[in-house]
Amino acid sequence: MSNNLSAPDPAELSSSVGSGSNNMGVELANERAQFLEMEEVNFTDNELVYHVRTALKSASSGDSESYDELIGVMHHRERLSPDEVAMLVTCLKALSGTVSCIDVVHHESLLSSIFGMSMWNYGPEVMDALVDLIISLAASSGKFVDSCLDMLIRNFVPPYSYLALLKQPRGLSRKDQVLSRVHSALESISHLVPLAPMRLLSLVIQRMPRQNDNETVMMTYVENMFKLESGSMGQLVGSTMLIAVVDRLLDLDLEIGWEDIVQDDSSKGIFEMELEDLEEDEEDLNDEGDELPGKHLSRNSLRGNVIAEKLDSLLVLTFEYLESCQGHGRLLEVFETLLHSFRITVLNAYKSKFAQFVMFYACALDPENCGVRFARMLVDIFVCHDHPPMTRMSAVAYLASYLSRGKFLSANYITTMLKRLVDWCLDYCNVQDGDVNPFAHRVFYAGCQAIMYVLCFRMTSIMSIPRLKSQLFLMPIETILKHKSDPLKVCLPSVVGEFLKQARAARLFTVTKTFIFDDILESELSRAFGGLERLDSFFPFDPCLLKKSDSFIRPNFIFWSMVKTTYDDDEDRDEDEEGSGDEDGEESVDGVGEDRRDRMATSFNEQDIDIEEFDYALNKMSITPKQSLMYKFGGGLEELVRMPSRIRPSTSPESL
Amino acid sequence: MEGLKVSDANLVVFLHPSKSNRVSKAVLHELSSHLFQFSEIFDGVLLAYDVDIVDRNAKLLSGIHPYIGVRLKAKLLLFSPKPNMLIEGNVVKLTPESIHVIVLGFASAVIIDEDVREEFEYRTKHGKEVYRSKAHRRHVIEVGTMVRFLVKSLDREILHICGSLEPSNTGSIHWLDQNFGSGTKRERENEMKMQEHAVVGGEEISLGNDQSKKSKKRRLREES
Repeated sequence: MSNNLSAPDPAELSSSVGSGSNNMGVELANERAQFLEMEEVNFTDNELVYHVRTALKSASSGDSESYDELIGVMHHRERLSPDEVAMLVTCLKALSGTVSCIDVVHHESLLSSIFGMSMWNYGPEVMDALVDLIISLAASSGKFVDSCLDMLIRNFVPPYSYLALLKQPRGLSRKDQVLSRVHSALESISHLVPLAPMRLLSLVIQRMPRQNDNETVMMTYVENMFKLESGSMGQLVGSTMLIAVVDRLLDLDLEIGWEDIVQDDSSKGIFEMELEDLEEDEEDLNDEGDELPGKHLSRNSLRGNVIAEKLDSLLVLTFEYLESCQGHGRLLEVFETLLHSFRITVLNAYKSKFAQFVMFYACALDPENCGVRFARMLVDIFVCHDHPPMTRMSAVAYLASYLSRGKFLSANYITTMLKRLVDWCLDYCNVQDGDVNPFAHRVFYAGCQAIMYVLCFRMTSIMSIPRLKSQLFLMPIETILKHKSDPLKVCLPSVVGEFLKQARAARLFTVTKTFIFDDILESELSRAFGGLERLDSFFPFDPCLLKKSDSFIRPNFIFWSMVKTTYDDDEDRDEDEEGSGDEDGEESVDGVGEDRRDRMATSFNEQDIDIEEFDYALNKMSITPKQSLMYKFGGGLEELVRMPSRIRPSTSPESL
Repeated sequence: MEGLKVSDANLVVFLHPSKSNRVSKAVLHELSSHLFQFSEIFDGVLLAYDVDIVDRNAKLLSGIHPYIGVRLKAKLLLFSPKPNMLIEGNVVKLTPESIHVIVLGFASAVIIDEDVREEFEYRTKHGKEVYRSKAHRRHVIEVGTMVRFLVKSLDREILHICGSLEPSNTGSIHWLDQNFGSGTKRERENEMKMQEHAVVGGEEISLGNDQSKKSKKRRLREES
């Protein structure tokens, strides 16, 4: 067959041939010159189809010569010459016309070569022909539908050899060509086979790259999943796609060893902790030890690093997708799916680290709808007895962290949410009469701690609005906190300490007995109420440590250093520079102060801000010691060396 | 159209105890999970159901989790095309080698050129593809035509039907009804009305009227 084929004369093509295959004559006519040596035998489309049909039929009965030739053409892959391309296109088109003759058993090798083809290896003409063939196959018989869908799904990502090329413009244009065809093929198939999306769903999920797969592969695949979500099949497959992406985010998140890196020894200063880690890194680089935490931090954190980068990229991809959804006015419907997914997976996941920032960012994009909806869902879970205590505690921890950190939330709304928490706690107080019992009253303690935590961040901003200030004063917070079960003793000491300090300064209320905390992060009682999961020290929206994601989150985020506390006027200045002519009494709404600390923070470049924030964060409010994480992920040695010098006030430029 | 039937069924649906506070919802959810799938027990594809809970007392399946067995009486709309039945569908694609049809909005059917009788030939008219009968100039099949065809086989997994346009009582329904008629005009009207009110999974589709047929999928496509 390969010897006899030549370009058919366009004039020979009869008008009875379908419009789709008319292009063939035109295309091949361009290649005419190359065929001059061969016999000038002209085939019309019909004759080609007939020829292929015969080849297939004879293969069924044992004579497989033409059939083998056909398969041989399929296997040409790299650097096809123009006549090879033409040959391939011709074969594919002829096959499209003979799909009804293709038998799943007798023509297995042909089918496997077709399904094994990767569109990334070819140019647009071959892509088009191949796609047409796949669509025809899928529509012709139920037996081929799954394989066709599978083949298209496998074309979501390029073959490994192609991955490096993706970054070049050539690779990007090829990607565009392939993916647009793949998705339109999927749509065509669902048009002809209405139940195809159902099969597509399960296949896409099955083939989704796992945590350990190559990062580019995963990102490209997820891009495709998002494309499906926003495409015409979106209503049918969209929510499953989103849920699967969130699941994968969570999988990556949970791979990062929280326990591997967290240092439980809270008596050490931060810098000592970091410098120690640094030494350990150098020692353990070549160590082949086991994977216990502490001793071999470097190996674990390096491993976490790769995963963290993947998580970072995936989060950024999701953020960008949310932005595009917002652009198309679809954010709210996408958000509903995300909310549902959050509720059934992330909320109950053991200390999810960063996956929840998807919700944060979505809320930031649309505070009035998404932002409100999210908080309301969390409060509803907290106050509802139907949910298990763990879920309720987790919900209120999310709520507290969210209300404190969301720059886009109005003081008014925060006050409303606070009121709901306070009301519930008050009801609880009126009903319960028990003594200190961290386990029995754990949901209550979680609620109290949430109220205190939010007020640590937001007290000033609430106080600055007279109407809200009076609402705050009317709230029976004192009654709740001075209840027999003694939340002030049980809740996290650092939170309680900071809260009391601010409450006294604001004259919200005072306590008669003094609480001496000495900057202890946690106590036995708090650990008891927090339980095994340590929900007492769970602040899910603490600063995001993933570099790329953080650049999205940062503009919408309140760092502790930005918060103006009620006792700011009397605040000691051991860590601020001197000589600034700034007035302390500057009022600002929403806690974003113009004070010295904030100015210092914003005048640094991006990297330094991280260090600055974390330093303050650890010292003040953020309980979980994350400095070491930061250094493993994003920083190099430079920051470590520089940081101590930044803290010394006299050498920081802003002090001058 | 043949192949559609309404069956009465006595069912027992077993629910997990966590669903015990919202039994009706759980029962509907369970039944919905069987929609558009071929069931050996019912011998057909479940298209729609109408359930009544018979007994407020349920039987308990003892075990680690005591599942609650709720007794139901249901009317089930089933679709079970058998070979040599005549069914109807909407043409969505025409190629020289095949005619692609969608039946009831969810089942795909294909009629290959070998199964199309001689009188039809494939032509391209003003850029549109048609199958035109050589014997009767007005008998035309194009994209959007409702056709009646004979069932050759059914793939139960993906609900894919292989059809045939060999018999002379197959082809465009519009033309066939005009020229052959099926019973009296009144009978035909009644049949069409009955088909129009078939409820498929909660959505109404109208059958037997090629002008206004809008399957759920087509409507979705047009909206998007």
